[in-house]
Amino acid sequence: MSYVLDTHLMLHILRAQNIARRYFITNGFDGALTILGMVTGFYISGMTDISIAISACLGATIALFMSGLSSAYLSEKAEREKELLELEQALIRDLKASDYGKASRYLPILIALVNGFSPLVLSLLILSPLFLAEQINFLFVSPFINSILIALFCIFLLGVFLGKISHTFWLWSGLRTLVIAIITIIIILFFGH
Amino acid sequence: MTTIRKLVLDILKPHQPNAIDFCLALASVGNTYKINLIVSEVDEKTETIVVTIKAPDINFTEISAIVQKMGASIHSIDEVEVRSEAVQ
Repeated sequence: MSYVLDTHLMLHILRAQNIARRYFITNGFDGALTILGMVTGFYISGMTDISIAISACLGATIALFMSGLSSAYLSEKAEREKELLELEQALIRDLKASDYGKASRYLPILIALVNGFSPLVLSLLILSPLFLAEQINFLFVSPFINSILIALFCIFLLGVFLGKISHTFWLWSGLRTLVIAIITIIIILFFGH
Repeated sequence: MTTIRKLVLDILKPHQPNAIDFCLALASVGNTYKINLIVSEVDEKTETIVVTIKAPDINFTEISAIVQKMGASIHSIDEVEVRSEAVQ
């Protein structure tokens, strides 16, 4: 019996996969672009103290993580509670103990984790050349340039992922998001000088 | 020994789980359960179904628990077939 109940709870979770995927891309893109902007800003300002850049970027990363976690949890929880209430009214019964009730409690947590961790992981990946530069103290290429390149690659991969979802040509989709990132850099360079 | 051999239940359920998942969940109660489901009415958020369960010994308590867990509710028991057999 427990197998059957778990299976139905899993079905609810699988149906929430689309929402989680949407949040992953939206907030991942948001995080990657924010850190790209910060790193580009540090680079054009001629920043040499990497530890200051790391502290600032880590601050933004943690803020993105907390914002993603809390905003998705609060909004999804409200949506799920509304859905549950409407269904309870239609069925004229309490659904808190049912799979619907469990799903409305667990899914906001799952979606919030996806929404919080997607910008965190991408941001840390983009910042990895800065961490490395701080440890090694010697690099051939500026760690900011390396971070910008990783950010562009991450944003391109997000576009490829979008292409896979929409069954369109992955390269075009990847290039589209890459163009958005490049336009962002150009705007920052324009205002930075 | 008295056993329930057939049950016809009028159930109100949400659209999810769908009819197939609903039947599979009910059938998993025992090894010899035969389930027939007819959707009699579809509303915006719910659907009314008529479920016929046939088995040598139907466990109504467990059937009822599974129906509740899937977010549905039994409106009425429309038909029952019970058999009593002498214990040898």
